Amino acid sequence: MLTDEPGQDAYKVPNPGISAASPRRTGGDLVQLISPEGERISHPEFDLWVSDVTDEQLCSLYEDMMVIRRIDAEATALQRQGELALWPPLLGQEASQIGSGRALRDDDFVFPSYRDNGVAYCRGVEPTDLVRAWRGNASAGWDPYRHNIATQQIIIGSQSLHATGYAMGIQYDGADSVAVSYFGDGATSEGDVNEAMVFAASFQVPVVFICQNNHWAISEPVRIQSHIQIADRASGFGIPSMRVDGNDVLAVLAATRIALDRARNGGGPTFIEAVTYRMGPHTTADDPTRYRDANELEDWAAKDPITRLKALLRTKGLLTEEVEAKTQAKADEVARDLRAGVINMPDPAPLDLFKHVYSTPNSWIERQKDHYSRYLESFSGSTQEGAL
Amino acid sequence: MSKLTFARAINAGLRKSLENDPKVVLMGEDIGALGGVFRVTDGLQKDFGKHRVVDTPLAESAIIGTAVGLAYRGYRPVCEIQFDGFIYPAFDQIVSQVAKMHYRTQGRVKMPITIRVPFGGGIGSPEHHSESPEAYFTHTSGLRVISVSNPQDAYTMIQQAIASDDPVLYFEPKRRYHDKGEVDETAELSTALSMEKARVVTPGSDVTLVTYGPLVKTANDAAMAAADEGVSVEVIDLRSLAPIDFPAVETSVRKTGRLVITHEAAQSGGLGAEIAASITERCFNYLEAAPVRITGFDIPYPYSKLEMHHLPDLDRILDGVDRALGRGNSLSGLEG
Repeated sequence: MLTDEPGQDAYKVPNPGISAASPRRTGGDLVQLISPEGERISHPEFDLWVSDVTDEQLCSLYEDMMVIRRIDAEATALQRQGELALWPPLLGQEASQIGSGRALRDDDFVFPSYRDNGVAYCRGVEPTDLVRAWRGNASAGWDPYRHNIATQQIIIGSQSLHATGYAMGIQYDGADSVAVSYFGDGATSEGDVNEAMVFAASFQVPVVFICQNNHWAISEPVRIQSHIQIADRASGFGIPSMRVDGNDVLAVLAATRIALDRARNGGGPTFIEAVTYRMGPHTTADDPTRYRDANELEDWAAKDPITRLKALLRTKGLLTEEVEAKTQAKADEVARDLRAGVINMPDPAPLDLFKHVYSTPNSWIERQKDHYSRYLESFSGSTQEGAL
Repeated sequence: MSKLTFARAINAGLRKSLENDPKVVLMGEDIGALGGVFRVTDGLQKDFGKHRVVDTPLAESAIIGTAVGLAYRGYRPVCEIQFDGFIYPAFDQIVSQVAKMHYRTQGRVKMPITIRVPFGGGIGSPEHHSESPEAYFTHTSGLRVISVSNPQDAYTMIQQAIASDDPVLYFEPKRRYHDKGEVDETAELSTALSMEKARVVTPGSDVTLVTYGPLVKTANDAAMAAADEGVSVEVIDLRSLAPIDFPAVETSVRKTGRLVITHEAAQSGGLGAEIAASITERCFNYLEAAPVRITGFDIPYPYSKLEMHHLPDLDRILDGVDRALGRGNSLSGLEG
């Protein structure tokens, strides 16, 4: 929900007409509501879906984008300092993630990829939990049912099927919530994403596919993935799609609301291509200078999602010293908490290895656990003898 | 008690699970109006509707992947993979998602998914319709793997699999689908033998013969033939392939001192190897002879005119029993 506090259900989305009945657009021109210079561009259809966004809420979107960028920078620094094993930066994709994440209702369910930390933040996941898996302290950081967001998926595109299956369940339950799957441009080449679109279309389930086209799948440019616009792939499955400027938080918010509304009203799946750019490396282990031109990065830096929103706020006279200071303070505080949380995170115990493989005791695992614990104990015994 | 074919017994078990738990959903290709290519789901869509018995598009990875999503939402999906050789497109979802989700989420997300797989040869089929892929899955932590050998177990164990909070691969011996047997449909699930337990199906004292699924019948026939020659063979139906009930096998081998394992699947890196190694570790001092494996060869499943050479049959199993006893056999006189 687009509230001032992520995760609070206090805001009613405008409904300018059941989107299921409105034209089922496919791909088409890139929708933009904020120009790179920070001007508000009017759009006959999309404007209706963000007409309710107040000045305070604009500032709140700005704050979330600033905070998640700060979390991202802090996590990158923590990796460089040896506190995290790896980190997949989202730098440049803040509008795509915050704009869509803030459109969701609490009872919607998200199936994200490993880079969607901004979405997880919108769902209320604690920043420390965002990095737990990247420190190697757990396979995944949070309880999916606490925030209605699955753990981050590493197998590319796999989660699109999970979202579709979850949406089948929503349909069987007769509920009006929506399953949302996030993935990147590379994932649209995976069989699973294509199969997910087949199932979603055949069963007309309430699922939204949000593809952040960040132009790079590690070192492979998007042109290797697709001969046509990514959004146009959906039309082959009979799924309506939208192509929006992924660095424009209002355009992403509007598109997500249109798709969610269609799903809630029995209109079935929608595919959104948010055209954005991965300004950092694939992960902290990657070196983009080996495969991409510095000029390209410069071009995209000029379209930075936060710079753009800041310009809009400035035009509207909203970027006061007070707002800037408050936002900065919040970002600094979250980063401080993240750092402290990481450094104080206790290591797991060796025998945690064997926990939760099955939900009921398993004779093979129990035997190996028993043998390994005796083996470990044999060392503590010899240490004591040595001390004598 | 009623006399049911193997296929009808599974059907009855599925029906009971659908009746008892509204969260049970069947998914697969051709399982609706057709009732499955082997008719195992015959009549279920008609009685329970298209949302409980779902004809899916032809995409195995999606059948399992959407089952993961349904399980996330509290459903208990039962997926049919039409033939053993069609399971590989779903391999990633089974191994990377179904098997690991509980571990990944520290027990918060359960995957009570049953994957039914008609498996094994002997029906004269073309390529990809006669395989025994069970070892790929027994090697994957997080999965339970079972195989049934008779209509009663088929009826009971499909319900146990569906009731399990862990994912279960349920391997059905397709060449036994038309075999008939007594099935007690009134038996309580709570008092049934745990699906993790092996069962001694023919008691004996000279040689332990371990098998599962389609070869249990062949092994019993071999035991009867051996008895005519004065050799007492104890046949164990493993039922569970992951985990294997090693204590049951161990008890038998401590008594007989001789172990023969037979399965249709290829030999190298297979379940026979695991059983031979584990039993050797557990009761080396009781063994009178090296364990013997009688299995399919390390070849792709052959064209059907040759499949009877590939599949262990009564005579090859008896030859293996002779090897375990150190009696004259096809390998006598060979060194190493």
